Amino acid sequence: MKLQHYLGLLVVGIGIAVLITFFSPLASSEPDGLEKVAENEGFIQEAEDAPYEVIADYVLPWVDNEDVGTILGGIIGVLIVAAITLIAAVVLWRLRGAQRPTSSGGGPGQP
Amino acid sequence: MAMIDPASLESIEAPAMHIPDGFVSGPVAGVGFVLAGVAIGFAVWRTNRTIGERFVPFMGVMAAFIFAAQMMNFPVAGGTSGHMVGGALAAILLGPWAAMIAMTAVVGVQALVFQDGGLAALGANVFNMSVVACLVGYVVYTAFIRFSHIAPWVRYVAAFAAAWFAVELAAIACSIELALSDTSPLTVALPAMVGVHAAIGVGEGLITVAAVAFVTATRPDLLVAQVPVMED
Repeated sequence: MKLQHYLGLLVVGIGIAVLITFFSPLASSEPDGLEKVAENEGFIQEAEDAPYEVIADYVLPWVDNEDVGTILGGIIGVLIVAAITLIAAVVLWRLRGAQRPTSSGGGPGQP
Repeated sequence: MAMIDPASLESIEAPAMHIPDGFVSGPVAGVGFVLAGVAIGFAVWRTNRTIGERFVPFMGVMAAFIFAAQMMNFPVAGGTSGHMVGGALAAILLGPWAAMIAMTAVVGVQALVFQDGGLAALGANVFNMSVVACLVGYVVYTAFIRFSHIAPWVRYVAAFAAAWFAVELAAIACSIELALSDTSPLTVALPAMVGVHAAIGVGEGLITVAAVAFVTATRPDLLVAQVPVMED
């Protein structure tokens, strides 16, 4: 596996995701689906606050400007998610031989 | 009982379908973790058997895109917003099993780092947005794509329908979890969730079609192996 063969795809693809986060301050702040239903039907107060906060509401806490904090929070999230998924995919690809069917003939048997 | 401070309610975020802690009971949360765990375990096993080299970077890119897209809440009718889930898009482009892994990374990071969706509710959220959305999206897409020999645009109808049904079925799963938790009776939660997400699903469908069209136009090679990948 040579991820560098796919550097173009990775840079452009993750770059598009980072670009989207630049527009995140424009996102609607209206209550969304489940939140609106919970408000209308009177069970929103059942929601409990998280036991800890890292980047709550996607806003980096120590950045004064909320728009900048949201964009930076988004970029951090994009990079973490991309890294975790890539690591998982690389591991699955590296270990793939172990469970490959030995022959391309007949269909795979039921496990 | 503790008084509810109205001001504190405004700080509670319960995005489109991310269940916060408190909405699901212990047993429902536990069953959510079991169902999600079994499904993700199967997805890992299947992906391990079928993964192609080109899937590796594509999975990372899809997860990154879906995380970013989920941040973009768009307004729908009646002072409500919605955002993309992305399960159908991931399933269309990666197949359902690799899609579940990518979606689980997104939903997991949202809960653990961004406090979007509860920790106890993480199993239920993974079940709704990764397992249900990816499977429904894939099944609907493959059902429609059979007719793509009629005209190439059928694949976009298929993508739209897959996205819409994936969002609705995930919303229905969420309603059932709320009802089983005695948070909101099914007769109340189900029509409300289905109604709101019928509108959100249109946005989901349009974004999904645009993303499928973009990948088709720029990297058709990534699409070639998609549909037959899963079925034996």
